[in-house]
Amino acid sequence: MSITLIYTVVVLSAIGIVAAIILYYVSQKFMVHEDPRIDQIEEALPSANCGGCGYAGCRAFAEACVAENELSNLFCPVGGNDCMNDIAGILGLEAVQKAPKVAVLRCNGTCDLRPKTNAFDGAKSCTAASALYSGETGCAFGCLGYGDCVDVCDFDALHMNPETGLPEVDDEKCVACGACVDACPKDLFELRKKMPKDRKIYVACRNEDKGAAAKKSCEVACIGCSKCVKECPFDAITMENNLAFIDSDKCKLCRKCVAVCPTGAIIEENFPPRKIKTEKVAEPTSAGPDTTDKA
Amino acid sequence: MLKTFKMGGVHPVENKLSAGKAIEKLPLPKTVSIPVAQHIGAPATVVVKRGDEVKVGTIIAQSSGFVSTNIHSSVSGKVKKIDDVMDSSGYKKKAVIIDVAGDEWEQGIDTSNNLIKETHLDAKEINAKILAAGIVGLGGATFPTHVKLSPPPGMTAEVLLINGVECEPYLTSDHRLMLEKGAEIIVGTKLLMKSLGVNKAVIGIENNKPDAITRMKDLTANEPEISVQPLKVKYPQGGEKQLIKAVTGKEVPSGALPIAVGAVVNNVGTAFAVYEAVMKNKPLVERVVTVTGKSVKEPSNLMVRVGTPVTELVEAAGGMPEDTGKVISGGPMMGRAVTTLEVPVTKGTSGILLIRDKESKRNEMEPCIRCGKCVSVCPMGLEPFLLMTMSEKKLWERSEDRHVMDCIECGSCSFTCPSNRPLLDYIRLGKGTVGKLIRARKSQN
Repeated sequence: MSITLIYTVVVLSAIGIVAAIILYYVSQKFMVHEDPRIDQIEEALPSANCGGCGYAGCRAFAEACVAENELSNLFCPVGGNDCMNDIAGILGLEAVQKAPKVAVLRCNGTCDLRPKTNAFDGAKSCTAASALYSGETGCAFGCLGYGDCVDVCDFDALHMNPETGLPEVDDEKCVACGACVDACPKDLFELRKKMPKDRKIYVACRNEDKGAAAKKSCEVACIGCSKCVKECPFDAITMENNLAFIDSDKCKLCRKCVAVCPTGAIIEENFPPRKIKTEKVAEPTSAGPDTTDKA
Repeated sequence: MLKTFKMGGVHPVENKLSAGKAIEKLPLPKTVSIPVAQHIGAPATVVVKRGDEVKVGTIIAQSSGFVSTNIHSSVSGKVKKIDDVMDSSGYKKKAVIIDVAGDEWEQGIDTSNNLIKETHLDAKEINAKILAAGIVGLGGATFPTHVKLSPPPGMTAEVLLINGVECEPYLTSDHRLMLEKGAEIIVGTKLLMKSLGVNKAVIGIENNKPDAITRMKDLTANEPEISVQPLKVKYPQGGEKQLIKAVTGKEVPSGALPIAVGAVVNNVGTAFAVYEAVMKNKPLVERVVTVTGKSVKEPSNLMVRVGTPVTELVEAAGGMPEDTGKVISGGPMMGRAVTTLEVPVTKGTSGILLIRDKESKRNEMEPCIRCGKCVSVCPMGLEPFLLMTMSEKKLWERSEDRHVMDCIECGSCSFTCPSNRPLLDYIRLGKGTVGKLIRARKSQN
């Protein structure tokens, strides 16, 4: 009995020691030398794994940082400049500073302003619906309202507003990862430069129809009248396919375009109320959707 | 003996309400809007401008490639404008809008009802006339007919199938056409045979149209080359590949055209249009449209000019019933709901179906219970539940591996699903996206 026990212990120990020796040599021989900086960078990253940087996840981004050995093409939108400075410190490189961005929805066709012409009863998904037809309203370019963007947002920054039927961006939570930009089949989201005090001026419309048709389908559609283009002192507005676009890099937030827009397609957000003197000019916009509750 | 295809199929209620109604001519509308993309392939190029005077049969848009076709004016009058209009696909497309004034036809078009049987034209000339007349497949897919009649090099047609199946519930336009224009269809069939160089043609008719079967059998009694094949009532018996399988027993390989098994399929409506184009020089400017629905006062079969707004058809059938929930262009299985009644009738519009409100709503979608019904009814042997999930998850490559492009969009899966899942909606999305990926890959190479 005791002999069996001793044999067992000896044999198993011997196997264990031999295996340990083999494993030690194998691990020495086939060791993969991984740059310890990859782990450090991964530590510094926000671990959101959102893919906003263009890589499959934070680990892949960290590997890319070390492999590229320069940071001019790499940027983590979630961590922002602070995070990139940390990474630059680890790698001993210079970080490129980028202005933080925020997603905006370029459609303001709420249920009241953009009447429904038909009802869709099929798959409740924007991608599936847009593959079938142009949408429930007369506007073929606007928001479908099934919330594909809300589903893909990893940061809880998008919510459907049941009253307007449109998604709303939470500026505090949005990290500009761009997931909604890819998810929207109508290409309604744009990542715009974050302005001081979260102020925004943008054309909340993607309708490329001619003026009359656009206005017929939606009260706040851009009708391509080009008034804003003429008004802008900074050449920030371009007109293409009957649709105005404000370049957020050139825009200086003067609000002159908002005042001249006849339909209220240009939206201003988070601005203090206008002075009494200019209030009359601003009236067309105040007739539009109330933007203060979005702040 | 009745023949049919082997794999899958469903049995929707037939509801052929207008089967006993003779084809009537619809009065000319005040304006027509004729889309330039009424067929599969490249949209035609507009050749008229605002203010131009046109007659019935004047070319208003020219074919812009091999897989494309001519579009003719279906009325006489003045071109009002060229604008984007909503069509039955649910998108705005370019169309020529014409104000109707009188009914003057282009010279050389024979508008009489005389039956002409003999022609001295050879295959090439027949094909040229078909191309000039802008004829497309009138079964609904609107594939340009002259393309079907020009087999790619190395392939030869052995048999011509004339599709008189009309398996879609409610629709009766082909049925009526066979009863009233049977002799013309036979002449059209012979022209198609001559053009293809085949000496065998089979007319396939579903067994729920015994009068059409008898009529066509009578007409072909002295035609040894043309036979009539009654077919079992099963949807989608009228699908091109299903018809070939039923009649010839051959299966079209995945991704291939019917010509790969030596078959060419044309609708009875197409055969009639071919007759008119070749024998009477009449381009494709009108077609038979069934206007039907359970609450419709007078379900009818109307001869309608292309471009007529759907409102006119509904009015002719006794007006819009109050309980209408949905208006469908086409049949209930494959048709598309229209978003506005101003949608024009196109070459592919086989019916206008007014569905009652209570029947028009889909039930709440439930989770998939993996019962496999969709798999067993799929006539193409696909796995619809899997294709739907792949579309939801945007797994396009895997979807392509599972042959999503073989789907004929018959809707049997959505019809049979006990969980009311929108299978076909997602499969259409998958087909569209995979199709784009394939084209992108081809243009790269």
